Amino acid sequence: MTDQSNDPNQMTGAAMIVRALIDHGVQHIFGYPGGAVLPIYDEIFQQSEVEHILVRHEQGAGHAAEGYARSTGKPGVVLVTSGPGATNMVTPLTDALMDSIPLVCITGQVPTHLIGNDAFQECDTVGITRPCTKHNWLVRDVNDLAKVLHEAFYVASSGRPGPVVVDVPKDVQFAVGTYHPPRKDDVHVSYTPRVKGDATQIRKAVALLASAKRPVIYSGGGVINSGPEASKLLRELVEVTGFPITSTLMGLGAYPASGKNWLGMLGMHGTYEANMTMHGCDVMLCVGARFDDRITGRTDAFSPGSKKIHIDIDPSSINKNIRVDVPIIGDVGNVLGDLLQVFKAEAKKPDIKTWWQEIATWRARNSLAYKKSNDVILPQYAIQKLFEATRGHDTYITTEVGQHQMWAAQFFGFEEPHRWMTSGGLGTMGYGLPAALGVQVAHPDSLVIDIAGDASVQMTMQEMSTAVQFELPIKIFILNNQYMGMVRQWQQLLHGNRLSHSYSEALPDFVKLADAFGCVGIQAIKPSDLDGALKEMIKVKRPVLFDCRVAALENCFPMIPSGKAHNEMLLPVEATDEATAAAFAGGKALV
Amino acid sequence: MNQPANQPASAYFLEERHDPNETHTLSVLVQNEPGVLARVIGLFSGRGYNIDSLTVSETENQKHLSRITIVTTGTPMVIEQIKHQLDRMIPVYRVVDMTITGRSIERELAMVKVSGRGDSRVEALRLADAFRARVIDATTESFVFEITGNSSKISQFIDLMRPLGLVEVSRTGVAAIGRGPEGM
Ligand SMILES: Cc1ncc(C[n+]2csc(CCOP(=O)(O)OP(=O)(O)O)c2C)c(N)n1
Ligand SMILES: [Mg+2]
Repeated sequence: MTDQSNDPNQMTGAAMIVRALIDHGVQHIFGYPGGAVLPIYDEIFQQSEVEHILVRHEQGAGHAAEGYARSTGKPGVVLVTSGPGATNMVTPLTDALMDSIPLVCITGQVPTHLIGNDAFQECDTVGITRPCTKHNWLVRDVNDLAKVLHEAFYVASSGRPGPVVVDVPKDVQFAVGTYHPPRKDDVHVSYTPRVKGDATQIRKAVALLASAKRPVIYSGGGVINSGPEASKLLRELVEVTGFPITSTLMGLGAYPASGKNWLGMLGMHGTYEANMTMHGCDVMLCVGARFDDRITGRTDAFSPGSKKIHIDIDPSSINKNIRVDVPIIGDVGNVLGDLLQVFKAEAKKPDIKTWWQEIATWRARNSLAYKKSNDVILPQYAIQKLFEATRGHDTYITTEVGQHQMWAAQFFGFEEPHRWMTSGGLGTMGYGLPAALGVQVAHPDSLVIDIAGDASVQMTMQEMSTAVQFELPIKIFILNNQYMGMVRQWQQLLHGNRLSHSYSEALPDFVKLADAFGCVGIQAIKPSDLDGALKEMIKVKRPVLFDCRVAALENCFPMIPSGKAHNEMLLPVEATDEATAAAFAGGKALV
Repeated sequence: MNQPANQPASAYFLEERHDPNETHTLSVLVQNEPGVLARVIGLFSGRGYNIDSLTVSETENQKHLSRITIVTTGTPMVIEQIKHQLDRMIPVYRVVDMTITGRSIERELAMVKVSGRGDSRVEALRLADAFRARVIDATTESFVFEITGNSSKISQFIDLMRPLGLVEVSRTGVAAIGRGPEGM
């Protein structure tokens, strides 16, 4: 018998959890205590290597961890209690699954002998979270805990990243067992994500690229997930080929908005030039994107004349919505490295001058134009001003969901990856404020701004209290149009202007609310207020609620109308009431 | 299904593709651990895939491996999706499409209870003999037949028993294995 008291690897399950966090280099976790996790909180209390950020609602912890992960590339860690703590995590877990964000969520569970008894604060956490995690585990034996925790970190951050849940019953937290540091054999042998692309497929892709007359590169969130090296390689590829490049909402920043080959974002509210280029291209290189329905519009009219190359780490992304000609399964960075090498050795830059000329005519349509005003702040103008004011700062942007999110994507220029945190796949209102918290925790000296809507921001407003407690000087820049603008826009365009429940009635006074939270409230009403107010917002080193009153009825254009393809966008100048009515009348449903 | 009255305005593209459906048999080798079957079934219900038949049992007990055989129906694109979606699950080792390899044997077992007297009883026995079904239980007024074969043979046998006093049927679902010396 070994002397257990002297073996440093003998410890309680609760201690193992903290130990595993330390072994995985975790410096911050986001959480909320409760009966089923008290032993873990007790361990957290007795150490100083892992800092715990106490949120005000578990959903906030989840989104904060997402922001943390997205801005660092490291997994975000969440600790919540059983029952309601776990169910409150369902939204952020689903959000992270849709946007491929690595999260490790540890949930407390009732003691093993009570599982299935409808015990106090019991819920079937692994059952509930099975469809919203990449994988999950219920740990019934303390001696399995170390292995499961290590595997959880590996699964969350390898392959296509995603959220995982480790459900730990309270008796397992109290029980003493043997811990081991991370090892190779902690992971299922059946889990082998493919990193390196197939050489033959890469050659085929290069041949296609080299023969292209009207090429386009369409990149997505996978480039960001693959790490900064992937963005570098993407930029090099654009340089070497001279191809135009567009990106999904999730991929903004991989290629700089100031780059000369940049077409702007594509999709439903993408630029005219990006969508027309996609529609008319003869070769499309899709890098780490997934042909989502917000991107393709009608699938039967999507880029009808092109050969498509698709690089993705997840084989299930291939041929899901759109049939592609050359699939390459592998990590974006790895595949781009190989592809560049082959291209440089065997191909030369195709001459696509006439293609660029055609693109220039689309660009000239100026699809992001809007009417300026001296009396009211146009939301687009507010974002442009915000962008100008933050130049030269080390800035991170998060958003909520709605028109403001689309305007942020259209008008804020992202130069680097990992700077843009938004809920793309799930479209979760309430994401941006807590996500900003998480970003600020990871980057304490940076300028972190949530571009918010008046409705969305009320969904997770309580986290301002967290910001104050932990001295996280996040800036909540609310484009306050007093409407659920995006809902109102659809009702206007698609439902006969019957504005059913989309008016933000009884809005709180955000400046007073800021005061109540103990943070700073700022308001801008006229365009001439903006410069000074933005300067003040950036200067003050405390959390800010910025109530930016914008034109109430502004709509977000350009837009792909109902049942239309990429080449049938509605542009802002053309979006007169009659034209809009005609474009949407009897439409075959797309928006 | 769900045909809108007059092409409503919607946030989604509502037209479905209408490629012809195919039926495929998939063999899935998985780690036998708690919840693994729930994951597989949840995938099918969550993503709206069809399950025509599903069988599962542990096949290698030291390695804790189970083999799941799924018969599913869908368009070629959906079938491809199903295979990829299964394959990316953490406890899944391999997914083999037995229908594509074209070199597989499929079998199902059924127990078929028939009750009756006189001529129909004799006729049931005669047909059972022709189908190589075995009698595994008998009373003076009933038989339980055990029959193995591919699913269509079993269905045919059941149809023949219907007018002869069919009481109930219990079928195992399809198990499949490849021909030749190699494993999956
Ligand atoms: C949690 C959640 N509920 C509902 C929706 C549907 N939805 C999408 S945008 C939107 C309105 C957002 O309003 P606001 O935050 O004021 O942004 P705006 O569009 O006005 O810029 C709603 C209700 C959603 N995306 N998320
Ligand atoms: Mg609003």
